[in-house]
Amino acid sequence: MLDNLQLLFVWAPVMNIQMILDGIFVGAVFALSAYGLALVWGVMNVKNLAQGDFVILGGYIAFALYHPLHASGIPPWLIIPIVLVIVMVSMFFFGTVVYRLIIKRVIDQDMFTSLLATFGLSLLLQQVMNLIWGPEVQIIDSELPILTAFDSFVTIPTVKILSLVMASLLAVAVVVFMKTSRTGQAIRATAQDPRAARVLGIDTDRVYSFTFSLNASICGAAGVLVAMIWVIQPFYGIVYSVRSFAIVTAAGLGNLPAVIGTGFGLGLIEQYTGIIMGAEYQVAAAVVMLLGVLIWRQIQMRRHRQVVR
Amino acid sequence: MKLNAMKQMAVSAAVVASLGMAGSAVAKVEGDTITLGSSISLTGKYATNGLHTQRGYDYAVDVINAAGGVKVGGKSYKLTVKYYDDESTPARGAQLAERLIQQDGVEYMLGPYSSGMTKAIAPVSEKFGVPMVEAEGASRSLFTQGYKYLFAVLSTSEQYLSTTIELAAQTSDNPSSLKVAMAFENDPFSLDVREGVVDAVKKHGMKIVIDDKLPADLSDMSATLTKVKAIRPDVLIVSGHSKGAATAARQLEEMKVDVPIIGMTHCEAAKIQEKFPKSAKGIMCATQWVETIPKSDALFGSAADWNAGFKKAYPSYTSVPYQSAQASAAVLVWAKAFEAANSFDKDKVRDAISAVEMETFYGDIKFSAAGNNIAKPMFMRQIDADGNYNLVVTAKDMEFPRKPGY
Repeated sequence: MLDNLQLLFVWAPVMNIQMILDGIFVGAVFALSAYGLALVWGVMNVKNLAQGDFVILGGYIAFALYHPLHASGIPPWLIIPIVLVIVMVSMFFFGTVVYRLIIKRVIDQDMFTSLLATFGLSLLLQQVMNLIWGPEVQIIDSELPILTAFDSFVTIPTVKILSLVMASLLAVAVVVFMKTSRTGQAIRATAQDPRAARVLGIDTDRVYSFTFSLNASICGAAGVLVAMIWVIQPFYGIVYSVRSFAIVTAAGLGNLPAVIGTGFGLGLIEQYTGIIMGAEYQVAAAVVMLLGVLIWRQIQMRRHRQVVR
Repeated sequence: MKLNAMKQMAVSAAVVASLGMAGSAVAKVEGDTITLGSSISLTGKYATNGLHTQRGYDYAVDVINAAGGVKVGGKSYKLTVKYYDDESTPARGAQLAERLIQQDGVEYMLGPYSSGMTKAIAPVSEKFGVPMVEAEGASRSLFTQGYKYLFAVLSTSEQYLSTTIELAAQTSDNPSSLKVAMAFENDPFSLDVREGVVDAVKKHGMKIVIDDKLPADLSDMSATLTKVKAIRPDVLIVSGHSKGAATAARQLEEMKVDVPIIGMTHCEAAKIQEKFPKSAKGIMCATQWVETIPKSDALFGSAADWNAGFKKAYPSYTSVPYQSAQASAAVLVWAKAFEAANSFDKDKVRDAISAVEMETFYGDIKFSAAGNNIAKPMFMRQIDADGNYNLVVTAKDMEFPRKPGY
């Protein structure tokens, strides 16, 4: 561990640049999938255990679309936005169908019912993806150039920059949409108090349906990025589910900017833990971060309680 | 009165049921057919390799039957295999093995796919004293349990990548100056592979500079590879099933990592030569079998003959995975053992298996007391610019240092 610290800060400080960049790129994808979860959790009080499987499903739809489009001669930088839009639209409809079939029926039940339902949905999605695309690891090769710096010690694939840009645009769009549009306002009203919202004439069922579909759509977008940057396989959804839950719990439900910040933070923490402690502790970092935040919150609240007393 | 009648009915039902069970319990050799049993993954995450395995079994059974079957006590018997789908879940596999043995009366087992599934099933066949010849479970830990009825035709996992270290040692006048970086998935199979590598590294006095264990739910190796770029080791070893191979190949290219020797497992399964041709170039891959080895037997002919015959039976394969070849070899062991034992008594057949010593198209087969095949080496192949896998026997055969295509 000391060796690694020495390596990082004395022998090859350039490494830090690579680590920070990688952390940000990973963080963008984590933030996206957590963002949707925060919406669904906050607005509908449904903890969607199939979150990661939505991400992978989005990746597979992109995988199915990309190669035919690529074969037709469209340049990669144009295919990626096209694929992204198609995936987001189709995942939106998929979200609506899932809402009508499953979520709608469990939304008023207690927490365990919705946990069970989404867990079942997660298993179902995994097996269906396995039947359609098989258990092999798949990727999308965007064939975009890789930029290098510092005597090719730091490498930045263009596809990662492109996905960071897309993730940021998407996040801004959702925030603006929530703040300004009628539907956004209705969603926020429903999140605050569904009963009051209903009394004031908001069709909460439609709000729920829209929120859930929006979540599926955002997950789909994250999936496109995952397929282009990493690898997809029917059973890898759990990676993104675990991260999303850690991020949302640490950031707090109602705080969407904090969710995005925590996503980036988690990306960085994982990268640095991987270098300093070794890759085996990389995933543990997410959980430790969550633990740290929860303990900190307890201390804060305790202080608050004493004041009230 | 009424109660009595019911009691009688219950008793007679029980008698009928037990008779029925006794009837099926002698089903292992019926007429002129010997039934082998296997629970195999036809759905779930191992489905692809499960299918490769099943086809290997089926092809061997067809060839053996076409050549007149197995001769026991002067009479010819045909082979057949009874399959159940274990859905790639160990608990289901164990259940199905019990069903094969207890309900279907199978007394001769063929293995499932993967070390994990074999680990689940071996205790069951062991409990009933039913011999199992398996072809797809390589984990060394399978052969440290003292199992008496488990036999494996393949090389155990600790041999997978130690050859890479031996080859690396041949490239240097002073092997102890070499630096080795390792990244293994944190699962029993990959850690077994790691053990073998660590032993070889110690033998040559090399230095391990990176020793990362990748969690199963990690799809990003960039932290490890950044370290590799900073430290510049002479050898990089990666093993983590298909995901590990695909992730490593993708990120090696993306980060332009340049290491003189890179050794990996599961290259073929992850199809890295198709998906990442630039980074696959020069990577060394461990394999159980290659179709060009100069080995043969009377039934299947040479390795190349088996390969051609299998492709003819299953034309969808452009390149045959070794999983199918070793599955065929397992059936061959059964055929040989029945003839050598000249009996259907499962313990006599077990002893015959344990005494098997033969050359096959798959390589030599001889079992240690623990049940693993100690006569066959692992092979190393290097991927060339056209995506072909070329056999590497000594360091002279390989491209060194590796010149990646990126």
